[in-house]
This record gives sequence, structure tokens and C-alpha cells, in this order.
Amino acid sequence: MAVLIDKHTKLIVQGLTGREGTFHAKQCAAYGTNVVGGVTPGKGGTVHEGWPIFNTVAEAVEQTGANATLIFVPPAAAAEAVMEAADAGLGVAVCITEGIPTLDMMRAFTFMRGKKTRLVGPNCPGVITAGQAKAGIIPGHICSPGRVGIVSKSGTLTYEAIHQLTGLGLGQTTCIGIGGDPLIGTTFIDALTLFAADPATEAVVMIGEIGGSAEEEAAEFITRGFKKPVVGFIAGQTAPPGRRMGHAGAIIAGGKGTAAEKMKALSSAGVAVVKSPADMGRAMVEALGH
Amino acid sequence: MKIHEHQAKAILARHGVAVPRGEVAFTAQEAAEVARKLGGGTVVVKAQIHAGGRGKGGGIKVVKGADEAERAASAMLGTKLVTYQTGPAGQVVSRVLVEEGLKMTKELYLGVVIDRSRGCAVMMASSEGGVEIEKVAAETPHLIKKVHIDPATGLHAFQARELAFGIGLDPALVAKAAKLMMAIYNAFVATDASLVEINPLVTTESGDVLALDAKMNFDDNALFRHPEIRELRDLSEEDPLEIEASKYSLNYIRLDGNIGCMVNGAGLAMSTMDIIKLAGGEPANFLDVGGGASAEQIRNAFKILMSDTNVKAVLINIFGGILRCDILAEGVIDAVKELHVDVPIVVRMEGTNVEKGKQMLIDSGLKFATADTMGEAADKVVALAGTK
Repeated sequence: MAVLIDKHTKLIVQGLTGREGTFHAKQCAAYGTNVVGGVTPGKGGTVHEGWPIFNTVAEAVEQTGANATLIFVPPAAAAEAVMEAADAGLGVAVCITEGIPTLDMMRAFTFMRGKKTRLVGPNCPGVITAGQAKAGIIPGHICSPGRVGIVSKSGTLTYEAIHQLTGLGLGQTTCIGIGGDPLIGTTFIDALTLFAADPATEAVVMIGEIGGSAEEEAAEFITRGFKKPVVGFIAGQTAPPGRRMGHAGAIIAGGKGTAAEKMKALSSAGVAVVKSPADMGRAMVEALGH
Repeated sequence: MKIHEHQAKAILARHGVAVPRGEVAFTAQEAAEVARKLGGGTVVVKAQIHAGGRGKGGGIKVVKGADEAERAASAMLGTKLVTYQTGPAGQVVSRVLVEEGLKMTKELYLGVVIDRSRGCAVMMASSEGGVEIEKVAAETPHLIKKVHIDPATGLHAFQARELAFGIGLDPALVAKAAKLMMAIYNAFVATDASLVEINPLVTTESGDVLALDAKMNFDDNALFRHPEIRELRDLSEEDPLEIEASKYSLNYIRLDGNIGCMVNGAGLAMSTMDIIKLAGGEPANFLDVGGGASAEQIRNAFKILMSDTNVKAVLINIFGGILRCDILAEGVIDAVKELHVDVPIVVRMEGTNVEKGKQMLIDSGLKFATADTMGEAADKVVALAGTK
């Protein structure tokens, strides 16, 4: 078992014919993911690296039976790509694109109300289910199948967490990069809800960062009855207020969204919060009672 | 991106928001001229910097006539204004806004931001204007009224009225205030703003509702479709090194410490700063070179880092994953040689061929130390920087 994607996932790639799209589609396929085709408007009917290309997502779904999509569309058109995926009824849409205007995403979320598509991202490294499938850019070789789920706002810091776990002999179920933008499709609470229902996931590493209040909301959710052990880390403990730290959403505004507040909320919820990013793996070993 | 008050008012006025009459002045003489144009009566001279708290810092003066306006402007221009938002270093004033003085009856607050949890914009209004809204939110949260705005339909008139009545506005002024609120939301959407803040919004003896102050921030990711807003960027308000870094698409923020950091990815870059601090050191900067960490970006990053003379040691933390560490090491060695970097450098990298990459660094004869983990890297760099 796992969440979001597994060996039965049939993945299309929106923007497959681009440089990034091509590279990562190949990486996903090399990891064992069933990549069934791509979408690039205007290139429908062609074949790229062995994959059939379609003009629209609807056509791709009809022809290939795809149930998930990975989006590598440039920022100005990415929100449209997300809406197209939702309109075609795909179950999971993973959007890697960084730099999408916030108001574009706001409109996309309005469009997606009542539709069944679960969006992961944007501005995220995507999803990997260890040993089964990946829809994104997380390096496959650092993962190993196991029983820990990961949910994170960051990309490379997620790799760091996976690397530490694998090094300590703790494998993963599914690693979900939810992204560092102000408006994202899958929140910490959504990911925790998925992990709660997944019998294979025995514990969760949760990586947050400054800005917004998603971590505090997750802490409340955990308090209300999330039973599995959680190890938490919050990036940006030394970040100056009022500055945007790389991610569009990573900013302490009006004294709100500090790492200290988030760490306190998570600790109160019973999460094993580590101060040092080097301690995430070790803390998980302890949480699992080894 | 931030802009000045006078620029924000010009944008809002174009969208139908009432603002006081006034003009920007870059010299004291220009300030006097504006005061004369406004009729020679009471005017307000306001220092234009990208920070709040100007009133308390002496950056807002109410004066009478052109001569006094000239003197007030002269006292502000070219001097450093220190407010709670500028930090102790302050910010040099290079322009002032000269506006007509108004006979106010009430000072209110109005703001629009994105509510991340709800995925839509939220408009906030309060009867407590002219003070820090964070303070109002902390001490008297019931005095802040909010409405969430459906992106599909925009701000409704009934919602605007709800806010206007909710903050105790004179019923005779509610229609005017509602119209102003709707104009502000339209401006927010039309310009891809991330924040509009009117503090204070005022009512006057003559029965008007105006934006006495205005702050607008914009979504950097949307500037590509707003060239007219991009042009309003005032480079004198930014750190020169940060401007230089932005030319190379590097995410760089200067801090006060002496350990330069070079990291791929924003989250890892923030946590590298955190672990340096935990090890007893002080980071000199935040620097995200991007996920790929190409040789060119590494070279550009060194240029920026070494321009900060406080930097006594550098920590490179690259989690490449599929990136080849031997290629990364080559890029680092080349950059260090080319730019004659002479401070100690601790390199922690992960990816394929990591052992080969480490050996290349050691064999280079340059001042490299390597580390296997973030913790080890932080301890080493703090020791080398001499802060421990």
C-alpha cells in the first residue's frame, strides 16, 4: 500500500516534449513508473522518445486510460494546464512548475471546486512511492521501500530527510512534496489524512517552513486524533522577518508565520520536533521505538 | 515587489479610489512648488521609503505654506530615516510626497491580502486606523472585520457594506466607502498585488472617504505581465548585492554573520542557516542557487558571496540527487581558482559519484574541507570562521 501513486498508476506528462519534461519523464519511467504519453498542444499525433503526444489532456486520457498527470508547463500557462487536467477528470495532478502567479492559482482552485482531481504543488518536487512509481523529480536512488511517509514544503530538504532515513535503515512508503507557494493543492492536513488511512505508513516526517499557518493547522489536526508518530522540522528558524526566503510563501509577515510559533504548535500536538535538520532521521528511529 | 506610497496612490486613483491631491517631489524647491499649486494652505510632507512607521520616525510633517514645506522637505531629503521597520541602519529619503492637509473625522483601516487556507482574497477593515494593525489584531481582534472574496464573482456590494457598517461608519458615508472598497479590490486583481493596505482610510469634515496612506506589494511571479509596475522598482531601496544577485537569478538575502552559505533549494538553504546558528556560528546570507546548481550558477554565487567582506568561511551544501558530484566539484574548483577565493570552504554534497567529487576537492590543493553530513559541515565551517 501507499498513497497517491503506485505501480498501477498510468501517468501522462503535460509538457513532455520540453527539455525538463523529457528528462524527468525518462527518469520517472526508469524508476518503473508506467508513463503512457504526453500532452503538448500543437504536437498531437507525433511520437517523442517513444511516447505518443496528444494535443489535449482529454484526448490523452481517452487514448491511454491515464489516471494521473505530471505538469512541466512554463509558469504563464501552468494554471491552465492544471485546470485542463481537472477538467479531464484525472485523479492526481502533480505540478512541478515554479513561479506561477498566485492569482492564477486562485482562479484554478475556484475552477477545481467540486472536481475530483487532487492537485499536488505547484512549485514542488512531486511524489514518489518507494519501489513503485514516481511523478516528479525526487531522485529515486535515495529512496527505499519501507514504512515512513514524508510530507514537505521543500524539495532538496525532502531529499535530505529521505537520505537520512534510508541511511538508518528506515524505508519510505510515499514522499509528498507539497510545495512552497502561498496557494497549494495538497496541504499538510490532506497528506496526513492520506497517511492516516494507509496501513503501510506507520509514521510520518513532516517538514514545514516559515510563512502562513499550514503547520499550525496541521498541529490542530494531529491533536484531534492523528494516531501515528510524527517527526517535525521547520526551516527558517534564523530567517529575518519581512523577507521572502526563496519560496514565494516563505515569509514572516506582520510578525506571523515564524518557525518558533510553528515548532511550539507542533510540539504541543505531540510531534517530535527537531531543531536541527540533521536530526530528522534519528528522531524517527526513536519515535518508532528502536 | 514593493513600491512607494505616491506610486500606490497613483495606481489606486486610476482604479477610482479617492486619494488626497498631491505630488511627489525630489528636491525641496519642487516640494515648495507643489505646496503652492495646492493653494498655499496646510500641506503634509511625507518621506517616501519602503517601510512603515514613518510618522514616529519624523518622516511625516504637517506644515503651512510653501516656505515651510520647502524647509520640511529639505530636512528630510538626503537624511536617513529610522523606523521600527527599517532597522537601526535606516533608509535614505530621496523623495517626498506633498499633499493637501485634510480635516479628518475618523481614521480607519482597510487591507486586502490572500488567505492561504481559504485560497482566496480577504478584505479586512477596522475602526482602529492609523496604528499598527498587528497590534490591533493581537489586542482587540474583535475590532477587525473580514470578508472573504469569491474569485469568480469578486467583492460584492453587500460585503463591502457589511464591512463599512461593521466598523461603525456614518451611514451617510457607507455607499462612498463601499465604492472605494470595490475599487481597491479591482486594483488588487488588475495589478496582481499580494497586499493592499490603506492605513489610515479617513473620513473628512466635508463628507469624503479617502485613502490617506497606501501600501501596495506585488506578486513577483506575475511581474512578467505588468511591465508598467516593474518600472516602479526603486533600486535605491534595495541592497546592492541583492540587486546584483537578482541579475543572475540567484535568491540571495544578506544577513549579519560571517559564514557564507551556498545551497541548492530554498528549504535546504534556510535549514543550512539554522544549523550554522545551532553550531554556534552566524550565517552571512541566505543563498539558493537553484535545484540544478550548474557550474555557471556556482561561479555567480561565489562572486556575490565574496563581495561581502564579512565572509570568513563558506559552506557549500548541495543535495544534488541525480546531479553528478564530480561535475559539481569541477565547477567549484574552477570558480575558486578564477575568482581567487581565499577563505576556507567546507563542501557537503550528495549525488552520484560523490567519492570522486570529494577526492577532486582534496587533490585540488585549495582550502577545501569536506563533510558527509550537514551537522559535520556546520561544525567544521563554524570552527574555520573562528566564531567558536
